[in-house]
Amino acid sequence: MLKYLEGSHAVSQVVAMCRPNVISAYPITPQTHIVEDLARLVGEGKLDAEFINVESEFSAASVVLGASAAGARAYTTTTSQGLLLMNEVIYCIAGMRLPIVLTCANRAISAPLNIWNDQQDSMTVRDAGWIQLHAEDNQEAADLHMQAFKIAEQMHLPVMVCMDGFILTHAFEPVDIPEQKEVDAFLPPFKPQNIVDPRWPRGIGLYADPRFYMEVRYILHRALEKSEKVIKQVSEDFAKKFGRQSGGLLKTYKIEDADIVIITMGSVAGTIKDLIDQLETEGKKVGLLQICSYRPFPRKEVYRVLKDKMNLLVIEKSISLGRGGILGSDVRWSFPRTEKKDRKISCFVSGLGGRNISINDLRTAVEMVEHEPVELEFLGLNPDIIAARDL
Amino acid sequence: MITASSEDLYKVEKKDLFASGHRACGGCGQALAARLVADAAGENTIACVATGCLEIFSSPYPDPSWRIPFLHSLFENISAVASGVEAAYKALKKGPVNIIAQGGDGGTADIGFQSISGMFERGHNVLYVCYDNEAYMNTGVQRSSFTPFGAKTTTTPMGNTTRKKNLPLIAADHGIPYVATATVDDFRDLQRKVKTALLINGPKYLHILAPCPLGWGHTGDLTVAICRLAKATGLFPVYEIINGKVANVLKIQEKKPVEDYLRLQGRYRHLFKKGVPVKEVAEIQEIANQNIERFNL
Repeated sequence: MLKYLEGSHAVSQVVAMCRPNVISAYPITPQTHIVEDLARLVGEGKLDAEFINVESEFSAASVVLGASAAGARAYTTTTSQGLLLMNEVIYCIAGMRLPIVLTCANRAISAPLNIWNDQQDSMTVRDAGWIQLHAEDNQEAADLHMQAFKIAEQMHLPVMVCMDGFILTHAFEPVDIPEQKEVDAFLPPFKPQNIVDPRWPRGIGLYADPRFYMEVRYILHRALEKSEKVIKQVSEDFAKKFGRQSGGLLKTYKIEDADIVIITMGSVAGTIKDLIDQLETEGKKVGLLQICSYRPFPRKEVYRVLKDKMNLLVIEKSISLGRGGILGSDVRWSFPRTEKKDRKISCFVSGLGGRNISINDLRTAVEMVEHEPVELEFLGLNPDIIAARDL
Repeated sequence: MITASSEDLYKVEKKDLFASGHRACGGCGQALAARLVADAAGENTIACVATGCLEIFSSPYPDPSWRIPFLHSLFENISAVASGVEAAYKALKKGPVNIIAQGGDGGTADIGFQSISGMFERGHNVLYVCYDNEAYMNTGVQRSSFTPFGAKTTTTPMGNTTRKKNLPLIAADHGIPYVATATVDDFRDLQRKVKTALLINGPKYLHILAPCPLGWGHTGDLTVAICRLAKATGLFPVYEIINGKVANVLKIQEKKPVEDYLRLQGRYRHLFKKGVPVKEVAEIQEIANQNIERFNL
């Protein structure tokens, strides 16, 4: 049923319909509305789950780790500093192959303290062994949670659903919220395998010496790679059941005869599509490639759709300080070495700490790369502030 | 309230649920304690173990020593992990099951302090067992907040200048229903406390003094004797706190000077110059005297 509601509530309502057994979270802006709503649903008896209020994100992640190891469908949500505080547990959850789902309400990282959106937080854990799916809008954010539990439990891998903080979490828009029976038909009950249970005593979390450790990490890497197929399949199944395209590995917009292709993740895709439509009326052919599955990174798919595209423009909301664009590196790596030479890949770090990415900023970026590719640019910087502060 | 018969509570259990063949040093107090805890708790138990000596010597893949389910993830989070296991059992309407979180003094009182406090305050039905060997032994004997005054560790080479954190009392002040201390020489008392704790619903804390021959500088055959001296000097008071009230304090039969305890251990050797005690020994005696007065030992 189509409902007009906040992004956070679209997510919390769908998460509740996924019937998690244990939810644990620590409040942090802009994730709070998700946890508050889930706490209310548990409190009012509308969701039969244990809701554990903890003393830190570190413990929230540890509680869901324990719950998942004991056979529960477990869910948590955080952002920014909270995700950084969880970091050690995040790696552990993946290494232990626990199918936990986490919503990351993407937010900037301190310092300076900043509660607004960018994607630096989830980027810091991109190598941890989690599947990372990025939502474009609130409908997709809600839908991805249904898919996330299914993918996680099928692959024994944790899944992080990333949605831009405030821009999505606090935005009201119409979202088609499914019926409980539709969700039940799509997402079967969790059938855990390796769990702590006195009926079948086993050790979970044993340490591995140099004879075994590398194989465990290799198998984990392979599982991430294999999950590409499952992410695609689950998205296709979802489309069949619910009649709309959500998730999957990537999406494209007007890419077929485009001269320039913009590549991005998350909510800024909406603004970019508007720009593409405007440019089309001016006779410019620009397309969009949206990465939904950032990890695993769908290298082959990216190559397939970009094979003939020579002018690429990456808009990304994070940076590897001292190196440059991160998503840009992933895109560059998607092409065979022989094809890298003539291809122009321009990287624009944009929207850090909630800096608005306007349609005009994006137009400027397109105009820049029409003339000449850029290695690394920062979109919308204020030169006065830099002149006053740069040492 | 506690309803088991005293015969059951005082029976010494030997089930080998923590099997031999693990990799602890000879005379390790923690290995002995872990076996006593597992055997007292019985088969229907989940052991959640923090990173540390116990985890390392008992859980190398593929040869764990545990015959009960064993769960390990990190160093500082075992109380939260055990909370999650308990929440899962509740949510899945499984159980009852004994959930025992276990860690060394560093994993409990330093890096795991926030996590254990959270578990106590939220009221999870979990028994936490702290194996107190008074330093970070797994990494090579570095100071923890449980390292006693005067003791030499690799990071307090001149002797520790602070007094030991009193976690049993901090635990009790969380308002949890059961706190106890024990030593590994007294099997019956230790196992009675495990069994007693597991009959009580809510968070429980059991603090076990577990000598470490390597870190304390004594031969393995002295583990039991050193525990007895720790009690006889008043340095390690043995008691229970049931619903906030101190109970069953172990009275000292024949009081011993702290020197008797200190002289057996290499970590205190620097406190005796040519056999003569330095002034720190008097302060350690003062700590023992305060314990004797406080708990009426």
